[in-house]
Amino acid sequence: MSTSTIDRLEGSRRAARAAAAERTISKAEGWRRRGPLLPALIFTVIVTQLPFLVTIWYSLRGQNLLRPGEDIFVGLSNYIDIAQDSTFRQTALNSVVITLGCVLVAMVLGIVLALLLDRPFFGRGVARTMLITPFLVMPVATSVLWSVALLNPTYGLFNWVLGVFGIEAVDWTSTYPIIAILMALVWQWTPFMMLLVLAGLQAQAKDVLEAASVDGAGPWRTFRSITLPHLRRYIELGVLLGVIYVVNTFDQIYLMTAGGPGTASANLPFYIYQRAFLGFDIGQAAAMGVVVVIATIIVASAALRLIFRSFEVKE
Amino acid sequence: MSDVTRAYRRRATGGVLTTLTWLLALAFFFPVAWMAATAFKQENQAASDPPTWFFTPTLDQFRAVIEGGSAVYVANSAIATGVSTVLVLLLGIPAAYALSIRPVEKVSDVLFFFISTKMLPVVAVIVPIYVVAGQLKVLDNIWTLVVLYTAMNLPIAVWMMRSFFLEVPGEVLEAASVDGAGLMRTLRSVLIPMVAPGIAATALICVIFSWNEFFFALNLTASRAATVPVLIVSTMTSEGLFLARLCAAALLASLPVILAGWIAQKQLVRGLSMGAIK
Repeated sequence: MSTSTIDRLEGSRRAARAAAAERTISKAEGWRRRGPLLPALIFTVIVTQLPFLVTIWYSLRGQNLLRPGEDIFVGLSNYIDIAQDSTFRQTALNSVVITLGCVLVAMVLGIVLALLLDRPFFGRGVARTMLITPFLVMPVATSVLWSVALLNPTYGLFNWVLGVFGIEAVDWTSTYPIIAILMALVWQWTPFMMLLVLAGLQAQAKDVLEAASVDGAGPWRTFRSITLPHLRRYIELGVLLGVIYVVNTFDQIYLMTAGGPGTASANLPFYIYQRAFLGFDIGQAAAMGVVVVIATIIVASAALRLIFRSFEVKE
Repeated sequence: MSDVTRAYRRRATGGVLTTLTWLLALAFFFPVAWMAATAFKQENQAASDPPTWFFTPTLDQFRAVIEGGSAVYVANSAIATGVSTVLVLLLGIPAAYALSIRPVEKVSDVLFFFISTKMLPVVAVIVPIYVVAGQLKVLDNIWTLVVLYTAMNLPIAVWMMRSFFLEVPGEVLEAASVDGAGLMRTLRSVLIPMVAPGIAATALICVIFSWNEFFFALNLTASRAATVPVLIVSTMTSEGLFLARLCAAALLASLPVILAGWIAQKQLVRGLSMGAIK
């Protein structure tokens, strides 16, 4: 019926109440409870939070690995440089276009496929297995497959198919680099969205659907007023998780276009990588990292609040 | 409209929908099938215009990939994936226990902390990790990847395992404590067997993410600790356009995860949603 996130919220509320009731629990008991948690917590803090503090430190310095003498405190000048860096703005925009484009298109396709799969037909298991496969292919292999085997201008399969319809060959990765990257990304992420939405469809109460059909509601009406509202939380969860993963896309860009031509298809992760590992500009790259984290925190906390509100209000 | 025509129409619509579903399934699967087919071709058939549809399959490319020194990469990937997954479970299961069965204070704060680390873009920490790893002389060292992959998957595992622990009925735990079973015994003989499917699902997700990981592997390894994704990229750049061999390497590299995902389709959904969806 319900997702376990609801259980989880109820669980944590229950846990909170229990904790309140047991305020009097001894110090020793408190530490006994914390004991199993601490190794994971300490490990995560050390490996994920400490490097970020170092990133902030680096962002205030003018370190360039090619000019070792210049490792000095430069204050906010790295940040001022970023504010004036039009490439940074362009790659930020590319990040938004690639992330939203991929997540939204994959979600729409995922909903369509999930609806098609949510009915009995011959070979349903096989069709489902085929449809999830793109998500399981190693992203590096996906990039190779798309840029070389499918979208190559001379022997790629895509241009051959277009040629059958009399359309001239297109050099996809240099003429439409972002579209080419989006094709590979949407192909990879549609199964993810499909699986989430399909789980939502299968958790629908069958008696409600039957009642709607008895009341004379057509399939479209039933979909709009019962299924879609029910799916909302699954769709939101899919969009949130999709954004978290896709915004960090690196493999496809590195392998399909190398951010090019120029920086036309570079996103922020790729641009920061370029500055750090090809330009050795540690200070600049670190400052960009800090800016990206701040932006992520703003977007993510808004998204998280939205989602958890929608999970809490209902039921 | 008579019942008969209505039944006919419904069956016709059903047939159309089924055909459409199959066409879409084939379309989505086609690139994978094309990659697999190309892997069995000779190079001149792989990069031909028009494409070669009929050919005598050959194992030459697979032989070339396997004999071309790929063993080191596979071993590195296996260590990074296997050891990090075990570490994730060893750290994550007790943590999930402390966030569900016998909860610490501020459970939701801790949960949000874990999930927020997944939102921290990897690029924001790669620079210090690279510099510090260089100073500690652990660049191009497989254990560096083990530590990073453990940190990468631990939050997912904590959330997932917690969702499985919350499903264990309270009566079972009470019965165990009435019987006088201590913490370790309750864990070993009651809890762990009950959440075993959850442990398997968590392990599957960790294996998928660490086996496929490329960004850390690219930046922190060179010749000694490079993993399978790095091998594919070096095949691509160093040998120019040996498309058939590239497809063979890509297929071999993807096969473990594809097979695991096919077998464990149900667990996949739960893992991908961090336990939120059953």
